[in-house]
Amino acid sequence: MNEITPRAPLAPKDYASDQEVRWCPGCGDYAILKAVQKTCADLALDPAQTVFVSGIGCASRLPYYMATYGFHTIHGRAPAIATGIKLANPALDVWLITGDGDGLSIGGNHLMHALRRNVDLNILLFNNEIYGLTKGQYSPTSRQGTRSPSTPGGSLDRPVSALGFALGAGARFVARGIDTQQKALPETLKRAHAHKGASLVEILQNCIVYNDDAFAHFTDRAVAAERQIHVEHGKPLVFGGDAKSGPTRGLRLNTRTLALEVVPLGEGGAVPDDVLVHDETNRVLAGLLAAMQPPELPIALGVIYCDPAPAYDVQVAEQMAAAVEGPWPGPVRGNLDDLLRSGATWEVA
Amino acid sequence: MPDSHEALHDASAPLEAAVVRFAGDSGDGMQLTGGQFALTTALAGNDLATFPDFPAEIRAPAGTTYGVSAFQIRFGSRRIKTIGDQVDVLVVMNPAALKVNLAEVKPGGLIIADRDAFEPRNLGKAGYATNPLEDGSLAGYRVMTVDMTRLTEESVAPFGLGKKAADRCKNMWALGLVYWMFARDRGPTVAWLKAKFASQPELADANIAALNAGHAYAETAELPADVRVYHVEPAQAAPGLYRNVTGTEALAWGLVAGAQLANIGLTFCSYPITPASALLHTLARLKRHGVVTFQAEDEIAAVCAAIGASYAGSLGVTSSSGPGIALKTEALGLAIAVELPLVVVNAQRGGPSTGLPTKTEQSDLFQAVFGRNADAPLAVLAVRSPADAFDCAIEAVRIATKYMTPVMLLTDGYLANAAEPWRIPSMQDYAPFPVRFRTDPEGFHPFVRDPETLARAWAVPGTPGLMHRIGGIERDHDSGNISYDPANHHRMTKVRAAKIDGIANDIPEQTVDQGPTSGKLAVVGWGSTYGPISRAVEDLNAEGHEVAHIHLRHIWPLPRNLGVLLAGYERVLVPEMNNGQLVTLLRAEYLVPAEGVSKVAGRPFKIGELKDALLDALARPPHVTPPHAHADRSQGAAA
Repeated sequence: MNEITPRAPLAPKDYASDQEVRWCPGCGDYAILKAVQKTCADLALDPAQTVFVSGIGCASRLPYYMATYGFHTIHGRAPAIATGIKLANPALDVWLITGDGDGLSIGGNHLMHALRRNVDLNILLFNNEIYGLTKGQYSPTSRQGTRSPSTPGGSLDRPVSALGFALGAGARFVARGIDTQQKALPETLKRAHAHKGASLVEILQNCIVYNDDAFAHFTDRAVAAERQIHVEHGKPLVFGGDAKSGPTRGLRLNTRTLALEVVPLGEGGAVPDDVLVHDETNRVLAGLLAAMQPPELPIALGVIYCDPAPAYDVQVAEQMAAAVEGPWPGPVRGNLDDLLRSGATWEVA
Repeated sequence: MPDSHEALHDASAPLEAAVVRFAGDSGDGMQLTGGQFALTTALAGNDLATFPDFPAEIRAPAGTTYGVSAFQIRFGSRRIKTIGDQVDVLVVMNPAALKVNLAEVKPGGLIIADRDAFEPRNLGKAGYATNPLEDGSLAGYRVMTVDMTRLTEESVAPFGLGKKAADRCKNMWALGLVYWMFARDRGPTVAWLKAKFASQPELADANIAALNAGHAYAETAELPADVRVYHVEPAQAAPGLYRNVTGTEALAWGLVAGAQLANIGLTFCSYPITPASALLHTLARLKRHGVVTFQAEDEIAAVCAAIGASYAGSLGVTSSSGPGIALKTEALGLAIAVELPLVVVNAQRGGPSTGLPTKTEQSDLFQAVFGRNADAPLAVLAVRSPADAFDCAIEAVRIATKYMTPVMLLTDGYLANAAEPWRIPSMQDYAPFPVRFRTDPEGFHPFVRDPETLARAWAVPGTPGLMHRIGGIERDHDSGNISYDPANHHRMTKVRAAKIDGIANDIPEQTVDQGPTSGKLAVVGWGSTYGPISRAVEDLNAEGHEVAHIHLRHIWPLPRNLGVLLAGYERVLVPEMNNGQLVTLLRAEYLVPAEGVSKVAGRPFKIGELKDALLDALARPPHVTPPHAHADRSQGAAA
């Protein structure tokens, strides 16, 4: 089934299926779909080797719109199904599409285990802080006090942090993007794809119908620069200002409280010594960055943590290869007739 | 030939069959002892059936009744179909073991007890106010007391073990005694001990010394007059190579065999649950045979990973017991909807809820056949005996891959643990059924069906040109794209049912296991009731009655001739270890006045119970059924 002739380069539109996209007009999912298709084109992914798996929810409709293999499964269980796919064929390039309800509520358990096992999956968690497909109930990422059909007096439970959860579960790659950032998001997705193991990208996605402008307090043009920080490995953690001024503020660690705090940069953008340099292999720093919430601190975007470890499916394949004394997947070494005759037997004449 | 206890009194006649039960603390090694006795008995040419009976608690406090572990074996020179209604020889290592197992012993049966263990502390823990070995309460039995602990300690003294390690050889001492009683060869157990304790030769030597000492004691001591050597002749068996096999082993190997015959990989995804876990353990050791095993985070993840594996071109298999199957239900609906092969093993246990985790039951038939939301048919098979699990597993794989459907394979707690001799088949005897994955993009439509099987093509990710999307939302009958069209949903519902119904044309017609093919009474069974029903029917026919035994492997779809076959009998009786499930299915499907015989006690039917129920049915005129007899909800004829 290997292709021998090189394929012609594919454009983003070549990764679109023939199905009509059925999200609400103005939904952030359109932008994410576009970013995903651009990522596929930029990476020249082979559609035949690529599988999009999803659970249930608005986000989980995405596989229908991709001209790859796609499996729209059941609520919350996509990580388990994707794990099975990788167990059977580790060579497949598996993308997992989930949402805040699908991935963190009904499927929180499966997501936790896919992350801690480090199954080689690219997990895109669309977080719109609301249940869209069931018409607007609050979700596990909704902020306290969210008024919804099921919480007319405001929600009481505190929200879960997608990235905090992922780091707690032992994820080796966590990143964050925003649906409309069509330059930054594909770059983040490419990093996630390059990471061997489970990579979780939280994509903040605007639900125009049930939770419009949930992220406006840091995505509005007027405040974006001051309330977003695009982190990059090896670069100082600076943000603010505009194209002309360059960054005007930085992040440093208050060594007394062990919390991050904002400091102004010096004249001409000079970076003080105590401004932190992003180290994406530093899990403690990742935790601090992931937890930042505007307006006190900027929201962290980009690759927040990346510290590769052996992928589960690769290790399973290695165990199998050792057992069959050859490549895996590959021919089986054990002889079944011998197995049936192992142990104590007796002959009846 | 007398069957057992009567012959135990007869000084000359060989025994046709006997039942021995070893019982002691969880830590007394009763399962190992029983396993060795079973192996030696098989090597002596007897037919046999074994059943371990252990507590749900892992290591209950020593000496307590709830910590008693037992192993029962029935063996004989005739075909052995059950583990026996009553015990001929009970070996007890402490008072608690006697307390728990005494009710199983035949009146006049032999009890061999370690007198040293019947001391005040142990008696108290077992709830005995006085010592039953001395207070006359065992007058209805023959009792042989031996200072087993002391004699064991003396026999292993040369090997310098501590008291605790020395006492752990007690089971071998007891085994030696029982070996003498049934004229068994100690050689295989000696070899086994040497292999087991290869790195601790002093332990091997001590255990062998204890085994020999028990044997020598029996040979030389002044035993009660009616304790002697009993001979059990070899059973008649077809020529061939044999082994003992548990239901779990046969099932595991059958799944591997099925995947090889289908020429695809096997990905087994499971979550620990009693009594299904042993299947995961067995398959986890078969990586060399291409088996990938995955211990998932929960039951749902286990079935979902198996579905993912099937989607990717392997045979996904998951296993559980009733409560776990309940959790898998939604995912089974997905597998039915997207039409992927899947084998689901249900080792049934007592329920509902946690119920009786270590006890057997067959009460998940409704769950298997009907237990999903919406019209969601799948195929259901049931295993009848430990060795039968091998062929059933192969058949499950064949149906799953040929029809692109989940198949539920029902076993139970008894079958999972029980063992019997098995004439080892050769894989050459099985016709391969290789899967043909779709590779041709020309004219590929994901839900276009094979006109004969109604199965859709299996198009696996990684195949160039076949990219497509599937999902749980209703699919167009052709493209597989999302379709909310009313006519399409009606059509798809009908075709999903027709596909499963059509399997009936691809399975053997139902045969009659024994007895007439029409007449007064047919006994219809399924699953592990095979042994007791078969023996009960055989006995009644030998006594001049005319009773047929029909035993189903295919529960859904039912064999295509079953309705006509059942119509040929005046009365149909359905014994089940549930409150009346197959009987309801048969009545619903065929409008036959079938009657149930129900036993829901966490243990198999006894032959005597079934014979009583059959005789009762024979005594009544046809079509006159007692109130509620079809499900026997009022009393349970055999409870």
